Amino acid sequence: MTKLSLNELQETAKRVRRDIIGLIYKAGSGHPGGSLSSTEILVALYFEIIGPDDHFFLSNGHVCPALYSVMAEKGLIDKKLLSTYTELGSILQGHPERTRLKEIENTSGPLGLGLAQAAGYAAIKRDSYIYCETSDAEHDEGNHWEAVMFAAKYNLKNLIQIIDRNRIQIEGTVEEIMPLGNLIGRYKSFNWNVQEIDGHNFNEIFEAVEKAKKETENPTVIVANTVFGKDISFMEGNPDWHARAPNEEEYKKAMEELK
Amino acid sequence: MKSIRDGFGEALVELGEKNKNIIVLTADLADSTRVKDFADKFPDRFYQVGVAEQGLVTIAAGIAEAGKIPFTTSYAVFSPGRTWEQIKVTAALNNVPVKIVGAHAGFGASMYGATHESLEDIALMRVMPNMVIVSPCDYEEAKKATIAVANNGKPSYLRLARQNSPVLTKPRDDFEIGKANVLYEGKDPQVAIIGCGPILAEALSAAEYLKNIGIETMVINNHTIKPIDDIAITNAARICGAIVTVEEHQIAGGLGSAVAEVLSQSYPVPIEFVGVRDSFGESAKTYDELWKKFGLKKENIIEAVKKVIVRKNS
Repeated sequence: MTKLSLNELQETAKRVRRDIIGLIYKAGSGHPGGSLSSTEILVALYFEIIGPDDHFFLSNGHVCPALYSVMAEKGLIDKKLLSTYTELGSILQGHPERTRLKEIENTSGPLGLGLAQAAGYAAIKRDSYIYCETSDAEHDEGNHWEAVMFAAKYNLKNLIQIIDRNRIQIEGTVEEIMPLGNLIGRYKSFNWNVQEIDGHNFNEIFEAVEKAKKETENPTVIVANTVFGKDISFMEGNPDWHARAPNEEEYKKAMEELK
Repeated sequence: MKSIRDGFGEALVELGEKNKNIIVLTADLADSTRVKDFADKFPDRFYQVGVAEQGLVTIAAGIAEAGKIPFTTSYAVFSPGRTWEQIKVTAALNNVPVKIVGAHAGFGASMYGATHESLEDIALMRVMPNMVIVSPCDYEEAKKATIAVANNGKPSYLRLARQNSPVLTKPRDDFEIGKANVLYEGKDPQVAIIGCGPILAEALSAAEYLKNIGIETMVINNHTIKPIDDIAITNAARICGAIVTVEEHQIAGGLGSAVAEVLSQSYPVPIEFVGVRDSFGESAKTYDELWKKFGLKKENIIEAVKKVIVRKNS
């Protein structure tokens, strides 16, 4: 049983999306595409999944507008802080920093580093569940695969990776920029447990995590298929919105769509 | 003659017995970085990550976030050489106590050639906020440095030489991170020779030779490059009025640069630099042949001292 109803979770996700667009618009910079594709994953993690002894590592730190908005919605940071995103002196940096924002586990942004940190943590804290969100594009990074092998070798069954599989990166589609091949097969070949879900469907996220928590030997990766720029028609699937703030007209249109 | 890396390996076992938080990781170099004894003795606290230096550092960052003290071991050319950005983001900016151990620093891997000779690592780590850099000069000091670095609570780089080298310090000698030690002080010294690492043995030989021809010097073991001991360096400049720096590293960005940055602001005096001058290394049977070729020997230090005295008196 979840703490919030499905309807409440969906409403939360909608408020988070509005905050994402709002803070990126106000700052004049940020990464809306990945933030919007990660929204349900982060809401699910912060509102239902992460237990008191568990830990979460965000690897694709550029989606921090979503992270900050979810944390504010959850009451972990003051909602008023959201409007300070990227301002001089703000704890909400353009990419998240652990030394400024004490509520997070890791500094991130440069890609391919988060799973390794989560794996190191999981190797020590074997009685906790360690969650890590990564992006599909950061699977281009060699460092990421070093961590994949490490997690399998050391049987980190408490490590649960969720990939925001939105299929878009800075300069185009993941398939164009650097095809990932058989992503699921690659993980299977390293003895990871693999599940594939709809990353915007809360029930599928919860079921996948419950199943992962029952694994007795190996780490789990949940490939969460998502829509880049989800719920804003002119952003969906369009790489232009990887790192771009909406202008006033676009902002109004986006907020209209998120009503 | 004993090796700095052996001092490191022995201290690590000692630390492992006393402190359960000590974790060791290696990237397929347990034996040559001298962590095999630790691995054999504490298998539950040892991680073999494969030939994967980026993973080595970033996994260690996670281990440090979990409250442990991870020592990452590889050759200096690979880490911090290859892992600079990983160190920046996950260790230094994240500000967790990952220990970067760079073995075979300097010309120690002479037989392997330029790819394996690390002459840039101090520079790489010197520009890193939050990072502590320690370069022990001998076996005894390597032991103390290892223990001090384990206990300092900060991201730290420990620079280790491969070869057997003279033991210049004694077990009882003080060692404190950030506090330079005087290895030798002549009467009314005219030049202070400031160095780090095993090359200080050359500096001491040079000092002895110079004393015999009537030139008194002092030799300072500046084992901590960051944070640098600006008080000791400034005092040496006040006492001697001239400085020679000595290091097994590029002159650009190394210990000499750090000393010059201090003195240009606190007490400007003439400085001569003994180090590698903007070139890569190469293969040789022994590191000593390369010290000769690249101008890091006693003779080069003597020449630098004479030159700096002329500048001081002109």
